[in-house]
Amino acid sequence: MKILVLVKRVPDTAASIRITGEGASIAQDVEWVMSPYDEMAVEEAVRIKERAGAEVVAVSLAPEGAVSHIRLALEMGADRAVHLVDSQPDRDAWSTAKALAEVVKEEAPDLVLAGRTAVDMDQSFVAPAVAALLGLPFLSSAVKLDLEDGKAVVRRETEGGHEVLEAPLPCVVTAQKGINEPRYPSLKSKIKAKKKKVDTRPAPEFEALVKLETLAYPPQRQAGRILGEGVEAVPELVRVLSEEVKII
Amino acid sequence: MKALIYVEQRDGKVRTATLEAAGAAAALGCDELHAVFVGDGLAADALAGAGVSKLFLVPPSDSYSPEYHAAAVAELARDGGYDIVFFAATQRGKEIAPLAAVGRRAAFLGDVLELAADGGGVKAKRSLYGGKLFGWFSAPAPLVVTTRPKMFAPASGEGEPAVEERPAPAAPEKRAVLIESHASAGGKVDLTEADIIVSGGRGMKDPANFAILEELAELLGGVVGASRAAVDAGWRPHSDQVGQTGKVVSPQVYFAVGISGAIQHLAGMSSSKVIVAVNKDPEAPIFKVADYGVVGDAMKVVPALSAEIRKKKGG
Repeated sequence: MKILVLVKRVPDTAASIRITGEGASIAQDVEWVMSPYDEMAVEEAVRIKERAGAEVVAVSLAPEGAVSHIRLALEMGADRAVHLVDSQPDRDAWSTAKALAEVVKEEAPDLVLAGRTAVDMDQSFVAPAVAALLGLPFLSSAVKLDLEDGKAVVRRETEGGHEVLEAPLPCVVTAQKGINEPRYPSLKSKIKAKKKKVDTRPAPEFEALVKLETLAYPPQRQAGRILGEGVEAVPELVRVLSEEVKII
Repeated sequence: MKALIYVEQRDGKVRTATLEAAGAAAALGCDELHAVFVGDGLAADALAGAGVSKLFLVPPSDSYSPEYHAAAVAELARDGGYDIVFFAATQRGKEIAPLAAVGRRAAFLGDVLELAADGGGVKAKRSLYGGKLFGWFSAPAPLVVTTRPKMFAPASGEGEPAVEERPAPAAPEKRAVLIESHASAGGKVDLTEADIIVSGGRGMKDPANFAILEELAELLGGVVGASRAAVDAGWRPHSDQVGQTGKVVSPQVYFAVGISGAIQHLAGMSSSKVIVAVNKDPEAPIFKVADYGVVGDAMKVVPALSAEIRKKKGG
């Protein structure tokens, strides 16, 4: 069995994001990490490998030299990686999906895993688009994944319940929080990862359809009123909720 | 511009988020507004007064399949020459819309907050980095757009749409299908669609203590959310999480109880209209964004608040 995991480099969720230049790019001096949901996808692939045996290949489209998240995938247990070095200035989600789909097609895996969204653009487009471009079934937001009889069976949470979907392999599955707890690589696995191969090659360019025009900060909220301490503040809070906020 | 709205129903009624997507299309100036429903059991007058002039009905597949729904929408969008297809950014909408965009070979804009016409295409405002920034994007038609719930006014208009039946689409044979569905009683309102959210964090100390938040939420007609700390501790399900690695929410009122206010949480809720914070630490960052704050022990303040509200409602 071969599993491909799509991973993306994003600013750490604890980082403040600053706008620079003409207002359409962000300061690059942030802590870059693998998108948290992609970490869960890598973890799931490695667990399948440990359980049933599989080759795990991490694939990422990222700028030149941006490899720490790819190294992390190898340290977590991926066997090798493909780094599509991106130098297309107007790269968008569509052109990203097309570039990644080429690798998926070439590698012909039994399963493609990715995070349910990347926490930077937060659009949940690339993984389903790769699936649709290649005619692979798409199972989103898995909190549990089982592989049996050539099928992937996925459980996911719904608005107030849960549901189970299945699809024949090969297919694309995205990981949602709850599927697993990603591991911290041991020193031994970090050393082992140094010998693993990263296939570095230029990312193919495709026409971009969506253009980022400007970035802006959300309006700053002002600190409001402290109504008081403890239960003594409750009557005033109720008055505010009733007369100012008008929800009672 | 010609727009097609993907219709979702719940309990026999068209979902508010769908009516908001239609509202977004109307506000954008789309002069022809049509809708498509895949499935059985949508009342003919369900879209009355929503400004939609035609409703296409597509027969359902044996069991829900995102690829089947996407194929139905993409085929119709192509045949009908629609410039924009709108989905509500609900769980289903988010899953089907990207597949439909690829099927239609259309540009995709997901979870948009605002829209403006821009030549033959649109400009769209989106939330980035979990709400830390906004971005304005431009894209040409044809387009597939998902609209974030609660950001657009629901559509209004005269009359009922004319109904037209469509054949089943040519959907791929290999596809994902639903095999089990378990809904909890009552069907909880999703956090992204809630008017009032009562969220608890690490300061709740014990999962059992969320009962006092459930009580307050029920009194106010709201739902309970949670911080990442509370979810990571296993106190609440992941679907309750508010923040950059959870849900970005914009309710009328957000109660942050025992939540200190980590940056990734603040990003996910700071577009709430009103924020009320209860925290025993007067230096907690949550007070820097809260409109109203109470410094104190949540375990005492919240039950007292519920009791007071009940008293007021009773009298």
